[in-house]
Amino acid sequence: MAVITYREALNRALDEEMARDARVFLMGEEVGEYDGAYKVSKGLLSKYGADRVRDTPIAELGFTGAGVGAAIAGLRPVVEWMTHNFALLAVDQVVNEAAKMRYMSGGQLSVPIVFRGPNGPAEYLGSQHSQALASLWTHVPGLKVLAPATPADAYGLLKSAIRDDDPVVFLENELMYATKGEVAEQEFLIPMGKASTARPGKDVTIVSFSRPLLAALEAAESLAAKGIEAEVLDLRSLRPLDEDALYESVGRTGRCVVVDESWPVASVGSHVAYLVSRECFDFLDAPVALVSGEDIPMPYNHALELAAQPSAAKIERAVLRALYREE
Amino acid sequence: MAERLLMMALSPTMSEGTIVKWKVAEGSAFAAGSVLCEVETDKASMDYEATKDAVLLKILLPEGGKASVGDPIAVIGKAGEDPGPLAAAAPGIASRPPAAAAPGPVPVLPRAPSFAPEPSAPIAPPRVPTAAAEGMKRPSAPSSFPPSSPLARALARELGVDLRSARGSGPGGRVVERDVRALAELGPQAARGAAAATGPRATAPDQAADRRVPVTGKRAVIARRLSESFFVAPHYYLKRRVDAGPVMALRATANAGRQKPISLNAFLIKLSAEAIVRHPYVNSTWEGATILERSSIDIGLAVDLPDGLITPVVRDCARKGVAAIDEELSALIAKARERGLAPSEYEGPGFTISNLGSFGVEEFTAIINPPGSAILALGAAVAEPFVRDDGTVGVRRAMALTLGCDHRVIDGAAGARFLATLVSLIEEPGKALL
Repeated sequence: MAVITYREALNRALDEEMARDARVFLMGEEVGEYDGAYKVSKGLLSKYGADRVRDTPIAELGFTGAGVGAAIAGLRPVVEWMTHNFALLAVDQVVNEAAKMRYMSGGQLSVPIVFRGPNGPAEYLGSQHSQALASLWTHVPGLKVLAPATPADAYGLLKSAIRDDDPVVFLENELMYATKGEVAEQEFLIPMGKASTARPGKDVTIVSFSRPLLAALEAAESLAAKGIEAEVLDLRSLRPLDEDALYESVGRTGRCVVVDESWPVASVGSHVAYLVSRECFDFLDAPVALVSGEDIPMPYNHALELAAQPSAAKIERAVLRALYREE
Repeated sequence: MAERLLMMALSPTMSEGTIVKWKVAEGSAFAAGSVLCEVETDKASMDYEATKDAVLLKILLPEGGKASVGDPIAVIGKAGEDPGPLAAAAPGIASRPPAAAAPGPVPVLPRAPSFAPEPSAPIAPPRVPTAAAEGMKRPSAPSSFPPSSPLARALARELGVDLRSARGSGPGGRVVERDVRALAELGPQAARGAAAATGPRATAPDQAADRRVPVTGKRAVIARRLSESFFVAPHYYLKRRVDAGPVMALRATANAGRQKPISLNAFLIKLSAEAIVRHPYVNSTWEGATILERSSIDIGLAVDLPDGLITPVVRDCARKGVAAIDEELSALIAKARERGLAPSEYEGPGFTISNLGSFGVEEFTAIINPPGSAILALGAAVAEPFVRDDGTVGVRRAMALTLGCDHRVIDGAAGARFLATLVSLIEEPGKALL
């Protein structure tokens, strides 16, 4: 089993899918000549040529729309957004066109497209470039939304996304591109809509996805030293959502802490907390907790910036509170 | 707008309460959650907490006064408001029997388990971290019923723990899982104590002090239901001795070659069901204005468990064979011993059998198990001499049957007719086929 970075895992998935299916092509800002703003598309231009690895102008609405059109016409585009912050310019194409086409054409048209790029706060980027927008996409019926936290999941889920016949929004994270993990050398796919147990436990279920999962695992490690066995559930897929896995886990542990770096109002995290509260009501020993990003624009001041995000310490506190072990 | 403040059920068993002290004066404002008055319930003194912000316009029930649950005790409203006719319409307080005390909706505590017995002492309202300190907004719970987590409630039901005897260790006194588990551990201790009293003397001198053991939910249910039955249903008892030889012989024949023998109880359940088919009025329930005649013959069998008896019910015994009844019965008994029965597995028998023969009891009387109207108490089968019709003396295996009946539903002669049929079916089981 090779240990590779999250970035290399994405690159390998793109490479394999482009080799496998000539309809697959990549477009976006700096994906070609510059090998990608975060080097995810490294080497693909030289391997597949400018027809299939297309640099675009800085015009998200335009190139995202071109991608949607290409998908309707029969190609399988992968549109890279330099970040999801910039994709706000393209929301109309994603929400009004890609997500609606199958429904409004009575099933005559499909939009097999992947929109991918880094989401969530990195560091020192200020309010406009530090937003976790998973909830925005997940809100929309007609979209599938994936948010892998490990290189293996990034690889297996991106391949599934490219092969899917419907639009998929794929959430990466700048601060995860360099994280490493084992990825089997043999090709594999990871199905959408399946959560994974990142760490088994019996006392509390910590539910998370994307980068905060790493903080959740860190908190679980620290809790283990206190004799608390936290189960960490990685949603991986936000829509479709693996509700069975959620209920199975919380049904066993009786306590649930949801961790989502998005703002807390009307978020994926608050929705998951609602579902758990509703479906696991009789099994809960404490209110479902939500550890979220603070309900503010991201501060530029670095200390405040860090304080505004979920952290292992915050997750640990929420777990202790759910276990009534808070001092 | 002015409204009446009603006497509230501050415990599930409370039917009336006495005002010990008014804590708010007429004309004074109070806030939701503050204590309006102290009320003496059947067993304890409880705080009556306000559920809203208002002004106490008029006290209708003075200190020392008694009111049934649902009766007005005061008028509340806005400052300066005229209580008007509401104040005048004070009812015949305390003269009203508790059963009639339901003018409009009675503010019974939400979700209070109906089986919960009264605590033997007032519960000190927990004054641990408040909801505000926790940064949460939530409704205040009535003072006699502490807030509890859903898991704690489910667990309390499962373990037969009275939630209100638990001391809540969560925020705002919330009873959580660990509190229920801690309380449940007292249960087995109580059971051990009872065993020690009958078995060899095991009490160490330093443990000789009296102990007050909390009543478990299950024990409270047994106590309440059987008291109700015994004190309300007029019981009478009919006794017959029956030759158990034929049914025991039938059982031996039926069990020949069977890996798992069919129990004698299964035969007696089946034969009772057949006797009920011939006298269906036995399988009925007194409902006051009506008598429920049951279509299905559902028979319960009292089963002894360490934490108190339970009566698994075999449904529709008229349509089932003895083997099927036995199979169902043994599955229910095993389940009762392992993890407890679901309500659908013990509720609503129309007829019940209690067999203490295995303890050497030759005959006894039993208390009717509601909602049934009759119960059959079976003693041990013992060898005894008897006089045959031709005047010679023989030996038979005889068993005492004692039928307890609710006279409201089953008259003496009707009970006797049923018992005669049952005796003849036990002595000649072949007649059941007719």
